[in-house]
Amino acid sequence: MIAKGTVHKYGDNVDTDVIIPARHLNTQDEKELASHCMEDIDADFIHKVKAGDIMVGEANFGCGSSREHAPIAIKASGISCVIASSFARIFYRNSINIGLAIIECPEAAKEIKDGDIVNVDFDKGIIVNESQNKEYTFPPFPEFIQKIISSNGYLNAIKEGKFND
Amino acid sequence: MGMTMSQKILAAHAGLDNVQPGQLIMANLDMVLGNDITTPVAINEFEKHDFDKVFHKDKISIVLDHFTPNKDIKAATQSKQCRCFAKHQEITNFYDVGQMGVEHSLLPEKGIVTCGDLVIGADSHTCTYGALGAFSTGVGSTDMAAGMATGRAWFKVPSAIKFNITGKLNKDISGKDVILHIISKIGVDGALYRSMEFVGDGIKNLSMDDRFCIANMAIEAGAKNGIFPVDEQTLAYVEGRGQRTPTIFEADADAIYDEVYDIDLSTIEHTVAFPHLPENGKTPSEWGDIAIDQVYIGSCTNGRYSDMEAAATILKGRHIAEGIRCIVIPATQQIYKDCIKNGLVDIFIDAGCIFSTPTCGPCLGGHMGILAEGERCVGTSNRNFVGRMGHPKSEVYLASPQVAAASAIAGKLATPESVKGE
Ligand code: SF4
Repeated sequence: MIAKGTVHKYGDNVDTDVIIPARHLNTQDEKELASHCMEDIDADFIHKVKAGDIMVGEANFGCGSSREHAPIAIKASGISCVIASSFARIFYRNSINIGLAIIECPEAAKEIKDGDIVNVDFDKGIIVNESQNKEYTFPPFPEFIQKIISSNGYLNAIKEGKFND
Repeated sequence: MGMTMSQKILAAHAGLDNVQPGQLIMANLDMVLGNDITTPVAINEFEKHDFDKVFHKDKISIVLDHFTPNKDIKAATQSKQCRCFAKHQEITNFYDVGQMGVEHSLLPEKGIVTCGDLVIGADSHTCTYGALGAFSTGVGSTDMAAGMATGRAWFKVPSAIKFNITGKLNKDISGKDVILHIISKIGVDGALYRSMEFVGDGIKNLSMDDRFCIANMAIEAGAKNGIFPVDEQTLAYVEGRGQRTPTIFEADADAIYDEVYDIDLSTIEHTVAFPHLPENGKTPSEWGDIAIDQVYIGSCTNGRYSDMEAAATILKGRHIAEGIRCIVIPATQQIYKDCIKNGLVDIFIDAGCIFSTPTCGPCLGGHMGILAEGERCVGTSNRNFVGRMGHPKSEVYLASPQVAAASAIAGKLATPESVKGE
């Protein structure tokens, strides 16, 4: 699996309230959630994001509540993968579960800048920053996380019999 | 390489001899929990993916505790969805109004969780059962749906921080002061991804209720779980309650910990977390004059019988200050009954408090005690985020039941010592 796109860069402690403010939690409609994604820190985000783009944050990305609406909103906005130095625990697993690719790579998260063009090879575990001509490695996802992401979510993967062993 | 207690429980449930921090595993669950807010989302996912049967009707718990007795039509609709699902799936551990209590007090009380269990719950305070020597952690609704369908969940094996507990608590100091002290020391992300493992000589001096309270707030330090070793007190607690046999796990002598902290219980003072983070713990000399409007004694952190008793001891024969509302909510029906039987309810009502049926209610700003703009509450709950109990400009001070009761009498943040003999 390969992802390639323009980077939308944020800092430390991007919390779930910033990703999708609580006032919009009265819906489970993905498109509607996406239309409010990041609006409190980056009102432009939803207008400039293109399908396949990559979001990069620094420490403790996704901290706060356990709402699944947060990764759902990011994914539905078109983002193909999130790279950060570290993730809050429940956000991390919720992202994997709904099929949003998520990579912990402190060096890449620090050096990648807003607007860079980045290419991620999930099978090889390589992030290439084409704009800065830099390469980073991350341990490839274990097989079963790859199964979840390629099935577009945990429940789909279960349904497809990928965890029958 | 030796394993921590948490790692050992995970390895055993994954059918592995050994696990390493960072490893991703698939493990068998002993219990899957949800409440009236998170279960409906999980049911939608369960049904959307055409699962028709839950994996085990006795290994799922659904507790309607957050907005119950239903506070409005939307809440009633959510409860109804849970009720229909539970009936259709013949779920044994379904707790509706009349039997329910705050989930994290109810499950241990009923023996639904026991030592050595692996538990997930679509509620972040599921970490409470670590007090029993279980590995239990909060997850999202998709995990709950998958857990109900397959009886399994995936985990990233955590590393651990060790807290070496020694000494004995002073009078009127409780588990709440201990955990608020620890969180103010390590911060709200101090244990991110990791287990908090409590060990040492001083553990025997902590009651089970103290341990539940401490494990409950592990999530407030970002931890995946908090866990206590199983000792005689734990076994005495689970005896006669358990639906299953307890299993004792112990950390290996050569287990590796990221960090070690020494906590001497005899040095812990009354600790109150000021707005708006649980890490803002302050001891009495730093409190200053904090006038308050409301006191809330209850929640999955401090709604157990010993909490009720501690508050009643301070309130007995006294009256709360004029202009203060004091809301006392026992966490379960059993605690409610014990409070009636032992005369605690009379003490509360004579002191000018209200005493209500079990519910999460005010803890999450749901109902039964919402704060207006500019109001201040001393609460025995676990979160004091902006707007947690009502208006975004209200304030919550997290405290022990002893400090909460004393504050109700004084009309301001106060220690039990300061109101004695008044
Ligand atoms: S009492 Fe509060 S923290 Fe505990 S489960 Fe209920 S809402 Fe959550």
